[in-house]
Amino acid sequence: MKLLYFAWLREKLGTSSEEVELPEEVATVAELIDWLQARGPRHAAAFAPENVVRCAVDQEFSTAGASIRHASEVAFFPPVTGG
Amino acid sequence: MARILVREADFDAGAELRRLAGPGAGGIGSFIGIVRSDPSAERRVTALTLEHYPGMTERALATIAAEAESRWNLIGCTIIHRFGRLLPGENIVFVGAASPHREAALAAAAFLIDWLKTKAPFWKHEAYDDGGAEWVAARAADERAADSWRA
Repeated sequence: MKLLYFAWLREKLGTSSEEVELPEEVATVAELIDWLQARGPRHAAAFAPENVVRCAVDQEFSTAGASIRHASEVAFFPPVTGG
Repeated sequence: MARILVREADFDAGAELRRLAGPGAGGIGSFIGIVRSDPSAERRVTALTLEHYPGMTERALATIAAEAESRWNLIGCTIIHRFGRLLPGENIVFVGAASPHREAALAAAAFLIDWLKTKAPFWKHEAYDDGGAEWVAARAADERAADSWRA
């Protein structure tokens, strides 16, 4: 699965994307965040509970409970500030 | 069919308005967002850099335009959003809606920018005259404005 990061999340992680192989039990956005937090200190800091992080699954805004079972691309980013 | 453009290059608002003035149009509502730099602010903005999510951005803007077209009788609908590094006073965004009558044109233009602010994947990064730089925080007022259009 391809993960994408934008804005300060990209900066904190030091990368705009990564490919990951997820274990079977990681099936939702919330579970993916838990899994990422355990990946290393950078991920733990970026996904710390005090940070407000939004998500898109296959380019659709999604919430923590959304399934990622058949997703090919999941993106994490701060609340949007365009316009 | 809405006109959706996401690009670094500037736009010509006059040309966009003329393009919206098609057969059947009786009025055009539009909004142009520009880079703000408040001269009285403690830290003055010297540049604004806009990041976006290529692919999702175009889809999100098309969805917003389609929602406007379903709510009002529109002859034309345009959303142009720039990305990259912009200077104070430069254009950021153009939204425009043409309709047989003014109510729909004005309402649709307000709707387009209100929804765009909370439903399109753009992020603003400001650089200041003291050498600092920060990601712009989302505003609760923008969320309330978008919510006010909930049918």
